[in-house]
Amino acid sequence: MEHVLAARAQMGTSLAFHIVFAALGVGLPVLVVAAEAFWLRTRRRAYYDLARAWAKGMAILFAVGAVSGTILSFELGLLWPTFMRYAGGIIGLPFSLEGFAFFIEAIFIGLYLYGWDRLGERAHVLCGIPIIVSGAASAGFVTTANAWMNMPAGFRIARGVVVDVRPFDAMLSPPWLVEVVHATLAAYVLTGFGAAAVCAFALLRRPDDERAEQIRAGLRIAMALAVVAIPLQWIAGDVIARFDAEHEPAKFASLEALFHTERVAPVTVGGIVQGDSIRYGVEIPGALSMLVAMNPNAQVTGLDRIPRDDRPPVGVVHASFDAMVGSATLLLLVAVAWLIALRRKRTDGRTLLRAIAISGPLAVVALEAGWFVTEFGRQPWIARGLLRTADAVTPAPGLDVQFTVWSIVYVVLAATCWWLLRRVGRPHGGERRPLRRGTQ
Amino acid sequence: MSAVDAAAAITLAALLLYGIFGGADFGGGVWDQLASGPRRDAQRDAISSAIGPVWESNHVWLIFAVVALFTCFPPAFAEIGTRLNAPLTLALFGIVLRGAAFVFRNYASDSPLLARTWTAVFGASSLLAPFFLGDAAGALATGRFAWTSPFALTAGLFATTVCAQIAAVWLVHETPAGALRDDFRKRAIRATVAVWIAGIVPAAIAKAAEPQLAAALSGSTARIAIAIAVVLGVVVMASVAMRRDVLARVAVGAEAVAVLCGWFGAQAPSIIPNSYTYTSAASSEAMLRAFVVAALCGAALLIPSLAFLFATFKRR
Repeated sequence: MEHVLAARAQMGTSLAFHIVFAALGVGLPVLVVAAEAFWLRTRRRAYYDLARAWAKGMAILFAVGAVSGTILSFELGLLWPTFMRYAGGIIGLPFSLEGFAFFIEAIFIGLYLYGWDRLGERAHVLCGIPIIVSGAASAGFVTTANAWMNMPAGFRIARGVVVDVRPFDAMLSPPWLVEVVHATLAAYVLTGFGAAAVCAFALLRRPDDERAEQIRAGLRIAMALAVVAIPLQWIAGDVIARFDAEHEPAKFASLEALFHTERVAPVTVGGIVQGDSIRYGVEIPGALSMLVAMNPNAQVTGLDRIPRDDRPPVGVVHASFDAMVGSATLLLLVAVAWLIALRRKRTDGRTLLRAIAISGPLAVVALEAGWFVTEFGRQPWIARGLLRTADAVTPAPGLDVQFTVWSIVYVVLAATCWWLLRRVGRPHGGERRPLRRGTQ
Repeated sequence: MSAVDAAAAITLAALLLYGIFGGADFGGGVWDQLASGPRRDAQRDAISSAIGPVWESNHVWLIFAVVALFTCFPPAFAEIGTRLNAPLTLALFGIVLRGAAFVFRNYASDSPLLARTWTAVFGASSLLAPFFLGDAAGALATGRFAWTSPFALTAGLFATTVCAQIAAVWLVHETPAGALRDDFRKRAIRATVAVWIAGIVPAAIAKAAEPQLAAALSGSTARIAIAIAVVLGVVVMASVAMRRDVLARVAVGAEAVAVLCGWFGAQAPSIIPNSYTYTSAASSEAMLRAFVVAALCGAALLIPSLAFLFATFKRR
């Protein structure tokens, strides 16, 4: 494999793997704490069992998220030393803050997971709060670093040297807020639909399970998170798309596959990019101009205004964007269906449960595709306008071997996680430590 | 104190804390691998419950050290990532596999095969990680990134034995009195002997084959640090034998600090011998200041949280 491609493949695989665990690490504490809080209020055993089962899942997922995050912190230096040589001294602040946030998260995860018998009931549930807060904070800090890569800020270049570094301006580069909100909501969307899907799947397979009450409680809590997060995510997505149209025209033109700068610009859904055009897509005339400027005659910048060497891989970016928006549309429909069913008090319908079961994988698609849009959409730059990805790569040899071995590791980790997670719902399933609390 | 000094102190402090706490975790894995005798399973359970609540936060010291390095001394980070790519990648495999293996085996008790497999992975990767971290440190100290040199390889071995020593001593303190505690007491004594042997070898190699390193080791900083480490090693040995477990626990931690400080001190002001000093690798003043302020604010949250964690799980 070509050197730069091997490095990108390794980084991309690491991130695509990590992002799922990281997002669940942000979202799951919300569900676990909610379940435990319901138990403390109602004293119904179903909530306690639910909290314990979800906590086991959280333990496994958080650990894999932590180790895969460690890989990433190393890979910044192992794969992109030239980038870090420039960027480390500019964008290090949010990484440092993320370090602390993650530290707090890890400490309270330890307290929460191992503290069921050691802490008082109230202290235990309160230990969940710092996990929720620092989980969201660490995701936010890391996302500000990504925002900086899209729009480097907080420094000047004089005679080829970085001078006048302003760390806070770098952390708060123009896209920081829109990206942080979008990324954090993505974590809640994934967790809500993901956990709900697991519950729905279990109810479909064994409707008379002795744990049905617990599973239904889980479904309700997870869907509550999902129905709040998904409409907010639609708003955040709209805001970030407008931001991109104005500030990141190359990315925006690529995700919309708009090759020519024009008025009455269309939205193209689907289609195949061939050379400098897109075919077989469904065009909605004027829709893009409407979306960007609320005016069908507004001009939208196309790829013809972007030098050829600075264009992202349009085909991948556009397909990813369609995958993200398409799955998010279905998720919104599932959320609406759930709310209607809730109103009619008929949440056990098999069609609805099937839709919810499918929404889990769809949420993963939305998350990964969204990540693809922002990462492929920034290419060929690692830091836009500042440093090209190809110029940032390490000279160290053997990257294709590393990529292969890491890929095998990820497959093994994912497979083991899957196998273990299928068991967390069982009473005492899998866990070594005996459960001791009074509700047993 | 200048901003560079403060940033360097914080970075090195994070490395030190990782050396002690992460080292103890690795050592736990080493003893898991070497668990034997009639109480083999009890030894493994004791290791699991000692590591369980704290391994993830112990592990964050490493991430924090990495982040501190690339924030405050980015060219040094780039150089280390490039020149020590191979040993660091191998160490990373170890770190990743052991963390994953630890939780996997804890939650896989209903499948003996899976639990056994991941226990084996946990033990093996607990040897791999400290070995290659020690090797990378040794390679850095040679000033020529010679990670396959005899010095670097024996430094890796030394690091692994120190981890095993810390873990054994701490496990003595953390297991209830009786046969199990005596198992770890025996292991602590053996590990201390192993540390002495494993420590003499790289020192001898440095003297014979690494002139630059030999010069650094004969400086007063290194001599004092080595002397302190040796004395503390004797204290560890004596206090373990005389059942002064709290003293042993403190002494073994201090011994690791002496070794690491000796290394940092011997090559100061170089962060990478022959390439960068702390000053020549430093980020801008503004970045360093922001980092130090962030670290102080972070510590204000971190220290009470850590104290709460250890008070909850490590009080006997």
